Amino acid sequence: MNLTLKIWRQKGPQDKGKMVDYKVTDISEHMSFLEMMDVLNEQLTNKGEEPVAFDHDCREGICGMCSMYINGEAHGPDRGVTTCQLHMRMFKDGDTITIEPFRAKAFPVIKDLVVDRSSFDRIQQAGGFISVNTSGNTQDANAIPIPKHAADEAMDAATCIGCGACVASCKNSSAMLFVGAKVSQYALLPQGRVEATDRVKNMVAQMDLEGFGNCTNTGACEVECPKGISLENIARMNREFFAASIKG
Amino acid sequence: MSVLDSKVPKGPLKDKWTTYKDKINLVNPANKRNIDVIVVGTGLAGGSAAATLAELGYRVKAFCYQDSPRRAHSIAAQGGINAAKNYQGDGDSTYRLFYDTIKGGDYRSREANVYRLAEVSTNIIDQCVAQGVPFARDYGGLLDNRSFGGVLVSRTFYAKGQTGQQLLLGAYSAMNRQIARGKIEMFNRHEMLDVVKVNGKARGIIARNLVTGEIERHSAHAVVIASGGYGNVYFLSTNAMGSNATAAWKIHKKGAFFANPCYTQIHPTCIPRSGDYQSKLTLMSESLRNDGRIWVPKKMEDVLAIREGKLKPTQLSEDQRDYYLERRYPAFGNLVPRDVASRAAKERCDAGFGVNATGEAVYLDFKSAIERYGLEQAKIHGIQDASKEKITELGEAVVEAKYGNLFQMYEKIVDENPYKTPMMIYPATHYTMGGVWVDYNLMTTVEGLYCIGEANFSDHGANRLGASALMQGLADGYFVLPYTIGDYLSHEIRTGRIPTDTPEFDEAEKEVTERINFFINNKGTHSVDYFHKRLGKVMWDKCGMSRNAAGLKEAMAEIKEIREEFYKEVNVPGSANEMNPELEKAGRVADFLELGELFAKDALMREESCGGHFREESVEIDGEQKGEAKRNDKDYAFVAAWEYKGEPADAVLHKEQLEFKDIELKQRSYK
Repeated sequence: MNLTLKIWRQKGPQDKGKMVDYKVTDISEHMSFLEMMDVLNEQLTNKGEEPVAFDHDCREGICGMCSMYINGEAHGPDRGVTTCQLHMRMFKDGDTITIEPFRAKAFPVIKDLVVDRSSFDRIQQAGGFISVNTSGNTQDANAIPIPKHAADEAMDAATCIGCGACVASCKNSSAMLFVGAKVSQYALLPQGRVEATDRVKNMVAQMDLEGFGNCTNTGACEVECPKGISLENIARMNREFFAASIKG
Repeated sequence: MSVLDSKVPKGPLKDKWTTYKDKINLVNPANKRNIDVIVVGTGLAGGSAAATLAELGYRVKAFCYQDSPRRAHSIAAQGGINAAKNYQGDGDSTYRLFYDTIKGGDYRSREANVYRLAEVSTNIIDQCVAQGVPFARDYGGLLDNRSFGGVLVSRTFYAKGQTGQQLLLGAYSAMNRQIARGKIEMFNRHEMLDVVKVNGKARGIIARNLVTGEIERHSAHAVVIASGGYGNVYFLSTNAMGSNATAAWKIHKKGAFFANPCYTQIHPTCIPRSGDYQSKLTLMSESLRNDGRIWVPKKMEDVLAIREGKLKPTQLSEDQRDYYLERRYPAFGNLVPRDVASRAAKERCDAGFGVNATGEAVYLDFKSAIERYGLEQAKIHGIQDASKEKITELGEAVVEAKYGNLFQMYEKIVDENPYKTPMMIYPATHYTMGGVWVDYNLMTTVEGLYCIGEANFSDHGANRLGASALMQGLADGYFVLPYTIGDYLSHEIRTGRIPTDTPEFDEAEKEVTERINFFINNKGTHSVDYFHKRLGKVMWDKCGMSRNAAGLKEAMAEIKEIREEFYKEVNVPGSANEMNPELEKAGRVADFLELGELFAKDALMREESCGGHFREESVEIDGEQKGEAKRNDKDYAFVAAWEYKGEPADAVLHKEQLEFKDIELKQRSYK
């Protein structure tokens, strides 16, 4: 198929940036979206132009590095996938595709489609861990039985890949689905309960400091999340936060 | 006398590690605060090492090329992690895990290292549970296990099909705790481009800030390389796009010997390739072989009808199918080790029985498992005379709970529903057992320079068993290196901070800068990928699942030719002082173009078949094992460690003879 691409080009963080049109031809429907981008970049390189910078790594939907905003949706039109898992069979011959970086105050653009998501790391550093040393001198792994449903629910929350699609999709640029997922994973496990109060307070404080907005329950994040992280995690975080605030 | 000293402690195998730990030198906590350690790579090995070293009190600087340590490619590991917990009471033990690993590696790994790995495996599970890793559990709340290839027990712990992700996020959380305390200084989007040696010791690295293009100097008392494997030398592999061998190759060029490069794992269950545009291959976890049965049609006419779309695989009855693994290996069936399963798939496809358009695919079928689970569920739920549809529905639910994310991944890529029609799979490059040579302390042949995880060669011999990579990465990082490095650093307490304004750093930085400028100014006619793809094709065709002397000699010559052309004709757009992904790729491919040649040289030298290395000249001629790989213990029971001497073809071979005191060398039989 033949396509027109409207792509955000920005030399660096200080550059103003603009949309630029490109044409690609003979795209196979079996290609992944990023393989289509590879074709474009090979074309640009051979013409002596600078290829489009975009983040990507594992190309199997798990590392969370790829991050495009395609036709107004984070990771594009398909559901339950990252951009690298999006396939060209979702598009038609002659389509015009608009490709932008994830946009949020807390995700500044570095170049073209590449954004800086280190704010996510800093939120995790504020409390996204259990304070146990890696000495190996812990108790036996089966010493505390954990009900299967709690373990499964914790696992569902823990599958977050930290891509930032929730933030990009939210009209408030809220990171509450991301933070809620981590808070929930630990809140559901006995190992994580010990520090639950401090954890939720510190992570939420850091989230606010980074300039993410608040949740107004539109649910766009849940729809666009490639891993199907549920809104319940935001509710759980709010309960945890409320309880922690009362405890002081 | 070999120049290689493996430094394996004396004494009985079982006591080596404990006795060794009791006797090594320690560093006083007050002194640890004044000692710097650099860790390159933040996957399971690097991440766990950085976190543990920081907890112990060292000042750690950690580097990764991704935008966050959480994105290292360990995250993509699916199936699970082995540990000799024997929770299932099926006869597992440290010795048995050790034995399986040595046997699975085709008797080409170092006994003492493997025993230590098996020994600490149980601690890993305890540690990870304490960190909040949500492993799968049964209804009693205890941990669940599954089985993997090449073993007869269930010792694999898992978190759905995302075990690597959960373990890496565990290590990442441990790192975050130390980053918050200021004990780890994290450098995201940085790539190590050289190691700096001062008086023969590793004292720092030169790194490029991938956002600004700035070249930076970082010094330390010891340097740890945890940069993963070199599978991308094949261009197409299951590795991440950025996975590279640059850190490992740079230290090789500075004196670290590179061991067994020809030992590469071609994983049997990957999604087949579909076209030339393809950028990577996707793995379907080996855990699927617990429940999936592998087959091709018995009759050629059925194969042809399927390729033409006139026949569906589901229309073939049981007796029209060749379950070739069950036929050839009745004892292990679909759960033979990876190298055996891959070669068997290649054998059928080479014979013309491949089931897709390219002739390079076999079926992985879940129909029997869905029926079996469906019947079991019907019984559990007390459903009398359940209909066929009901049984299928119940069975599919069980399969979905076990492998849901893998099935979804398959469907998104191939656009077919694997619950209804069998998956198509074909082998792909997945893991490299070879790597930087290390001694028992995980130190390379350069003093103060360590190498851990997939980047080193140590534990998997010529073939790695499933669910052992995660085990080794975390064992090295959490429980082995933090002890052994202390012994070395105990001699560094009086050294003081290492300055970076010395001639050694000047020289290393100059080399790095010159190379970058070369790429930018070369202005050739072809992109980096053009050369990478050509290299990949030579590697796959001549250094792939089966190899012969003539092909390997051709490969060496062809790779050299591609390399020379690369330096003349490569085109890198953009500048050095900005984010420039093409420039990053150019440096990595330049290193693969050298590594590939050494790979072929190593494969040519090893005139035996062992594990993932199959030489067509070395097969069993007759008897029960006819056609199977033939090992030669008399002449090749050694580790091949190569010393850099300029051109890869001039590398000098050093042999570390492997001694097996606790295990009898036998032919591997999975029949």
